[in-house]
Amino acid sequence: MSGPLLDPRTAPSFPKAAHNLLRDAQLRKNVHHATSVIQNKRARVVAELGDWEQLRLAGERIREHTMTHLDAYLEQFEMNCTRAGGVVHWARDAEEARQIVVRLAKEAIAAEQRESPSPAEILKIKSMTTEEIGLNGALEAAGIRPYETDLAELIIQLGRDKPSHIVVPALHKNRQQIHEIFQREMHLPDLGHSPEDLAEAARLFLREKFLRVPTAVSGANFLIAETGGVCIVESEGNGRMCLTLPRTLITVAGIDKVIPRFRDLEVFLQLLPRSATGERMNPYNSIWTGVSAGDGPRAFHVVLMDNARSGILADKESRQTLNCIRCGACQNVCPVYRQTGGQAYGSVYAGPIGAILTPQLQQMHYAESLPFASSLCGACYEVCPVKINIPEVLIHLRNKVVEQKGLTGEALAMKIMATIFQSERRFRAAQRLGRMAEAPLVRKDGQGVGWIGWLPGMLGGWTQVRDLQEMPKQTFRDWWEKRGRDGN
Amino acid sequence: MTSLGDPLRISLFITCYNDTLFPATGQAVVRVLERLGHTVDFPAGQTCCGQMHVNTGYWDEALPMIPRFVEQFRNSEAVVVPSSSCVAHMREHYPAMARQLEATGKYSGLAAEVEALLPRVYEFSELLTKRLGITDLGSIFPHRVTYHASCHGLRSLQLGDGPTSLLRSVNDIDLAPLPGLEQCCGFGGTFAIKNADVSSAMLDEKLDAVLSTKAEIVTACDNSCLMHINGGLHRRGCNVRTMHIAEILAGEEEAR
Repeated sequence: MSGPLLDPRTAPSFPKAAHNLLRDAQLRKNVHHATSVIQNKRARVVAELGDWEQLRLAGERIREHTMTHLDAYLEQFEMNCTRAGGVVHWARDAEEARQIVVRLAKEAIAAEQRESPSPAEILKIKSMTTEEIGLNGALEAAGIRPYETDLAELIIQLGRDKPSHIVVPALHKNRQQIHEIFQREMHLPDLGHSPEDLAEAARLFLREKFLRVPTAVSGANFLIAETGGVCIVESEGNGRMCLTLPRTLITVAGIDKVIPRFRDLEVFLQLLPRSATGERMNPYNSIWTGVSAGDGPRAFHVVLMDNARSGILADKESRQTLNCIRCGACQNVCPVYRQTGGQAYGSVYAGPIGAILTPQLQQMHYAESLPFASSLCGACYEVCPVKINIPEVLIHLRNKVVEQKGLTGEALAMKIMATIFQSERRFRAAQRLGRMAEAPLVRKDGQGVGWIGWLPGMLGGWTQVRDLQEMPKQTFRDWWEKRGRDGN
Repeated sequence: MTSLGDPLRISLFITCYNDTLFPATGQAVVRVLERLGHTVDFPAGQTCCGQMHVNTGYWDEALPMIPRFVEQFRNSEAVVVPSSSCVAHMREHYPAMARQLEATGKYSGLAAEVEALLPRVYEFSELLTKRLGITDLGSIFPHRVTYHASCHGLRSLQLGDGPTSLLRSVNDIDLAPLPGLEQCCGFGGTFAIKNADVSSAMLDEKLDAVLSTKAEIVTACDNSCLMHINGGLHRRGCNVRTMHIAEILAGEEEAR
């Protein structure tokens, strides 16, 4: 039932994927429209707060502090969660996390089946972490049918599609396309086209699952070390259903999701909704701590997953990547993401944050084009609620890619140019050589101005869509010298 | 520290691509500053700031450009650079690069020299508005112009309203605001080549915005964006021209 995975190990390079997606006019229109709407909403609610910059700074500081003492806070979380009746599991990587969740799900389903015959099914709350590890595929392979209950994730699942945004996974689909998917997959030939009709169809489809399926898997927005509590924010209330109705709840969270104190939510529950959906507060803020008799799940498990995060923590240049609270503001504002949508990034983490996170979650060579999928315009850094300097991390990762690839043609050209720049004489010679080399490519236009419309090799990327004016006959330094000689 | 009105000895760091491709920009910078009564010098050993290398992933290759820059400009009262992205690169990376070089043991005192020199390095419009306190140059430029805020000028240097306030003071200019001012034009150095398709999609939006202003000329504080925009405009067969802000501010009576 689940669609193809976004797997950086098999995904095409960003320029290749982008090349194809740029031809999808409908997708580009959808992405452009949706990101503009969210961006404007965000800007409005951020402008309301006089202390937004201080909030960002507080967010950054709390995240930095947490990452510096991550081991201690994780153990504190484990202790407090356990004390409250939760069961904490540790997963080194995606494979271990999948195995643990599948085992726990099987056990829970078997227990249910001993009481009454029921199909092997599971409810899912929107969780990018479970997308990261391809959990649905693993559940299906184990004979368990996962039902996505977040509206956007439901659209993706029913459409056998891939998420394109970390907050709004179906952002690339418009209402008409969603109507087609619901009509086909829910067998509703008379389904109306209004947002109310579509919401009602999803409601009926999901309610039946909520009432029937007693096991759920969630992600987490925050793990609170001080209390052992887990926090999820959402807009629809479907998450709340999954957190309260089932008898068994399994939460999968990256180890980066921990925050020290309950009161830190004061900062993050302001930063996150305003940055993510342009809301002052999320309609549903759920915090649960262990289990309570007669209320909510009887069994509660947390799977704390590393999956390359401790490796990122060890790199002091790029560890700020882990400060991310997954708001997606950088995606909405990114001029590159806004052209291609998220699927060009070949990872559940798309856009600027994906361009730095994905290569670090994978071995770099699987996603080596991603650090270059940015014009370094800095819009992402400007909106990031925890001030992650994404352009700087991109530059750092570009260095790592270059190091890993060794002596390529590009590296050789760069080394030669660096040598040229170490001597005025060599630089002047290169300027003269450039004029000679371009001469055969220059064509004069009507006004006698020379233009280059074709360049060889890699430089052809320029002339694919742009012309290049010919070099002037005199460099600045030649003019300056002549001016000095002529006595001004 | 001299006061705002005192004549300064200003060193021009033209940058490698302006030197080679846009000498008219450097000439305009010299004209504007000399008209204001300052002395301009041009240290001959200067070459490149290293931005392209660093932004493309060649940090180590760019390291030798720091001692060269310090060597050329250490005695300057003020350094003017007509390229916002180069200044942004220098401010963001030179201190760390200098510390790294000094740690090798071969460049004693380099980090301190860089820290002392960088506050005297100004992007061209920034020199006028922030260092020299200029609000009106008495320039004349009778054309319809739109201003493109290059990303590095906008976000890194925080040039804000500086460049537009200078343009507004120009006599006879018809200044048209550019829609989507904060949007990147899609240049991004080697990004324009490595991701040509996305870069050109971004450029298309910028060109549409430029054409919607009915401007004859697009200006900016960075010729690299303008080279990109100019290349796209020419490919589309448009007559709109690009021109560095210094060339507009250098406009005098004879330009009529």
